[in-house]
Amino acid sequence: MSAIFVWIETADGAARPTSWEALGAANGLATGLSLPVVAVVFGKGAAAVGQQAVARGASKALVSEDASLETYRLEPYAALLTALVKEHAPRAVVAVATSAGRELLAASAADTDSAMLSDAIELGVDGGAVTAVRPVYAGKVLSDAAADGAAFVTVRGRAFQAAAESGGAGEVVTVSPVLAEGDVKVKVESFEAEVGTVNLGDAAIIVSAGRGIANNPKEAPAGTEKADVWKAQDGFETVIKPLADVLGGAVGASRAAVDAGYIGYAHQVGQTGKNVAPDLYIAVAISGAIQHQAGMRNSKVIVAINKDGDAPIFKLARYGIVGDVYKILPALTAELKKRLGK
Amino acid sequence: MHIVTFTRSTPDTAAKVEVGADGAVTWGGAATVVNPWDEYSLEEAILQAGKAGGKSAVIAVGAAMHDDALKHALAMGLDEAYRIEDPALDATDSLSYATAAAAAVNKLGDAKLVVFGKESVDVGSDSHIVQTARKLGWTMLSYVSKILEVDYAAGTIKVERLVEGGKQVVSAALPAVISVMKDINEPRYPSFMGIRKAAKAVIPVWSLADLGVSGLVGKARVVRFKNLPAKNVELEMLTGEPEEVAAKLVDKLLSEKVL
Repeated sequence: MSAIFVWIETADGAARPTSWEALGAANGLATGLSLPVVAVVFGKGAAAVGQQAVARGASKALVSEDASLETYRLEPYAALLTALVKEHAPRAVVAVATSAGRELLAASAADTDSAMLSDAIELGVDGGAVTAVRPVYAGKVLSDAAADGAAFVTVRGRAFQAAAESGGAGEVVTVSPVLAEGDVKVKVESFEAEVGTVNLGDAAIIVSAGRGIANNPKEAPAGTEKADVWKAQDGFETVIKPLADVLGGAVGASRAAVDAGYIGYAHQVGQTGKNVAPDLYIAVAISGAIQHQAGMRNSKVIVAINKDGDAPIFKLARYGIVGDVYKILPALTAELKKRLGK
Repeated sequence: MHIVTFTRSTPDTAAKVEVGADGAVTWGGAATVVNPWDEYSLEEAILQAGKAGGKSAVIAVGAAMHDDALKHALAMGLDEAYRIEDPALDATDSLSYATAAAAAVNKLGDAKLVVFGKESVDVGSDSHIVQTARKLGWTMLSYVSKILEVDYAAGTIKVERLVEGGKQVVSAALPAVISVMKDINEPRYPSFMGIRKAAKAVIPVWSLADLGVSGLVGKARVVRFKNLPAKNVELEMLTGEPEEVAAKLVDKLLSEKVL
């Protein structure tokens, strides 16, 4: 059997929504190569998720809900994916370029000595070879790459249309894990969830703040050791987060804000943080250092709000506002609540 | 024992990178820097070698331009540097990179821990890191933000990883390849003495034959590089009192259909 494999990532028993983008990309490749799509789903809820994949265009789903696969771990997941690839010899294996997707596909590509094309923003077929367009050199240049033989491809989140429900039917087949729990050398000891934040990589809207968020008119309580940190943290809580919440968006930050201790590293957008490309990126009190631009310049619409009209961020922006972010943001949040009926 | 790390020279972040008339990627006369994520892995290799009482070794896969990154690493305090270059080796193919990298780690012979920066910005990928671990048959721990324990005698490692939605503590068996995030340490600056020593260093170059690798065939190839499509963003400044600009902006965003 030759087919296009797509790995559907699950979290807490449900498909990660961006995984349907991988299925959309796989459906596109399958049309180009006249091959069926086979969804591969591991972990809690895999059978139900496999059923959903079939309803969205896959002709079949290979699933395993074995306890050793309950939550994602590279070792047992890669062992099973590699075994399935060896058994079924797919022409391509597609997944979304999440942290798990990237390492799982790279591992299985290595195990099977296959081509790895990561972070694709476009896919195609040329003379039977799977091709991909990938951003390289920190997104400053694009590369057209081609795979010889089977292609393992990760697709950048939000670059492909999610596969829609098409009412399709197909079989869901249970497969057995390769590694027994006793063979798995990696044990997850604990997980500390970050509460109440939308994942930056999945977010359609991001509201980011820079060092200027410390220009909070409120006074830090007497005796506060670092007044700027208090002011900035208060700013994230009282003006940035409410705006992100009303927009259903995620909170980002510049490296300067992270290094100053204003917010955690998980929020950093830019060269040594996350690369994002949301529909809307609102840069608040961010000057726009080149390192920050590297992580957000491919956003669809960029709005810059800054007290300094000469800040470099305005060169990337579609809309700019010069003024006090502590006056403008609350007004913007109130206006959005009114207009969006929230 | 060796703690091994890998690095590359990449164009300076501020450099204008484009595809020239000959189809090659160029950044004019701009300098290269150490791949930004590698500042942290180089520092971590020095720290871990110090704790283990071993030597730190840094390896680059590719042409002579990567000697600059290796010399920066030596100036920071890495003990040894090596470069792998061979006409049959295309380092943009992650599988080829990983095959050579794994062979180099094996050549050093006594490594138990390999440290990479999270990704390489020039190839825009981290695939080669995971694949190096697979080619070695070692444990892969990616996105490590903290090394909590390493016990070489017991053959165990415990780390904190940054994953989607939170932080995970995992324990695993050595030997291991890890990729590290920015918040793992504060990279040191090269010292004056380090820079002088590095300037004089002669970096050994290994061919694939030196590594015992034969018949290496790349699987992913770059067909061409191309410039980004021109993006003409016209900036529109919105002015007025806070309430006015807020209303104007919401109008604009609704008409852009991004809300």
